[in-house]
Amino acid sequence: MTLLRNILIRLLTTAITLFGVAVIVFVVIRVVPGNPIAMMLPPGATDADIERLQAQYGFDKSIFEQFVIWLGGVMQGDFGTSISLRQPVADLVLGRLPATLELSIFALVIAVLIGGALALLGTLYRDTKGEAAVDVSAGMALSVPDFLWGLVLILLFGVLWPVFHISGRISPSLNIDFTTNFYMFESLIRLRFDVWADLVAHMFMPALALAIPLAAIIAQLLKQSLKETMHLDYVTLARTKGYGENHVITREALPNAILPTLTLVGVQFTFLIGGTVIIERLFSYEGLGNMAIDAVINRDLPLIQGIVILFALLFTLVNLVVDMLYVVLNPKLRHA
Amino acid sequence: MRDARGEVKRPIGLRLWLSGGWLALLVLAALCAPLIAPNDPLMQDLFLGRMPPFWMDGAEPGFWLGTDSLGRDVLSRILYGARLALIVALVAGTLTCLVGATLGLIAGYYRGWPDRIISRFVDIWMAFPPVLFAILLIAVLGPGLMSIIIAIVVIDWTRFARVIRAEAMTQGAMDYVASAQVAGRTRFGTMLTEILPNVLPTIVALLTLEMGVAVIVEAILSFVNLSISTDSPTWGGMIAEGRTSVHQAWWVLVFPLITLFLTVLSFSQLGEGLKDRFDPVLR
Repeated sequence: MTLLRNILIRLLTTAITLFGVAVIVFVVIRVVPGNPIAMMLPPGATDADIERLQAQYGFDKSIFEQFVIWLGGVMQGDFGTSISLRQPVADLVLGRLPATLELSIFALVIAVLIGGALALLGTLYRDTKGEAAVDVSAGMALSVPDFLWGLVLILLFGVLWPVFHISGRISPSLNIDFTTNFYMFESLIRLRFDVWADLVAHMFMPALALAIPLAAIIAQLLKQSLKETMHLDYVTLARTKGYGENHVITREALPNAILPTLTLVGVQFTFLIGGTVIIERLFSYEGLGNMAIDAVINRDLPLIQGIVILFALLFTLVNLVVDMLYVVLNPKLRHA
Repeated sequence: MRDARGEVKRPIGLRLWLSGGWLALLVLAALCAPLIAPNDPLMQDLFLGRMPPFWMDGAEPGFWLGTDSLGRDVLSRILYGARLALIVALVAGTLTCLVGATLGLIAGYYRGWPDRIISRFVDIWMAFPPVLFAILLIAVLGPGLMSIIIAIVVIDWTRFARVIRAEAMTQGAMDYVASAQVAGRTRFGTMLTEILPNVLPTIVALLTLEMGVAVIVEAILSFVNLSISTDSPTWGGMIAEGRTSVHQAWWVLVFPLITLFLTVLSFSQLGEGLKDRFDPVLR
């Protein structure tokens, strides 16, 4: 009963948050001086032309009326029409979403692998120079944001030792006629490993830039909780049974130490998704964030609204999923 | 205990000295930019375009770190760019701290409906991608120094509000606060004289971290060409130009990037170091 109530409260606050985001974006971008419609018409356009188009996009109504109309459309899956690209916002945004999702998830996987490996190594070599090395590198990695790591990676692996691509999502010469925009996923299903390798060669640098700060956080936190777990009685028991140190850390300590890290990774993953905006720009990656920056520069109000709402939805969904995982993985909460 | 303390303090001390030293050097360079810059940072000379730094073949004397595609001196532009970066760090950092810490203090100490309203806003803010939010604000406010500062305050106050709220809550539950109340202090007075001094170390550490964040935000905005007018030299603007010509003239990207990297690292290390130093558990 309480679980059901908690879920309902959770859904309600999520809805309020999304509504708040929508209101703020809506008001903020409409305070912009300068007429977005006038910008899209050729210089010879008459006032009548401008007025007609303004009526078509609904900009002649009050902000409140515009919001009600927009919200009514959103409820039916209609996010309006992009001014600069003249296509439905929903189509544009959903077309770019797979690229950003694949980049974010790839980055998350890299972060978990690197961060997890560092945490395990740090625990295995605890209280030695090895642990100190993990601490120092994690501290460094965390002090500098993804934008700067991206630039460093461009210099190191794009210029100095050019092994990875530093712009785009896929080589234009590759002939693909995929049905979805989840290229990475689809290339695996279709066994097109040439496409898959090309995608990875493009995605690895931006994903690594996004992953470095998160990997550092995972390394720090997981190592800390692993070290705490290593002092518990049941771990000592496992050791007296004759299990080796590797087994004790990965099989006995890890399952218990992983829980606090999981919650944090959830919050940090939303930060990572937020980071894709500038990282996609930096690597000319054809995703949602890159499109968002162009939309802002072009004053494309319907497109900006659509993208920001989608990001907000993504963030709240990630938090929701993490909370559910927490309940599933935590035996104390399972029967509550 | 004393031995342990000595051991903990030494690396922190080195870290503080190194980062503080770099920042002091940067402040000095920014203040003396007109005196020490070898060239006019805006002067263009197409015949001197993409000259390499001094140790390479074909370098032009007087242009120590080379020139960009328009023949502008990289070193002089970095020095002048430091002025903008440091002004943004100082002003935007301080204002963000004032707004965020005040709201966090109120939410954490008063609880009840002020807390509910402020926390709801924090939740909404957390659902925005910060970079996109900043770009959106600059597009609305128009480019310029004031816009950058406002944008940083608007997007980043939550960083202070969240941490200070939690700290103020912990402090508010302590016995000394209750005794101050019994002694007849008003709630507002208690907040200023009892809670604030106890969360001040955290505020100082966060402020230092925030200055680094402000420098980065400014660089990102300049990078997407939305910072201040295009003819004032900014590190982000230089990096944007360097990114496009990275295969022809790597130095246009490398030198501003190293400067920005060290500056952000220094602010961050200084903040972490201060946090450790003030931390009552370590002290």
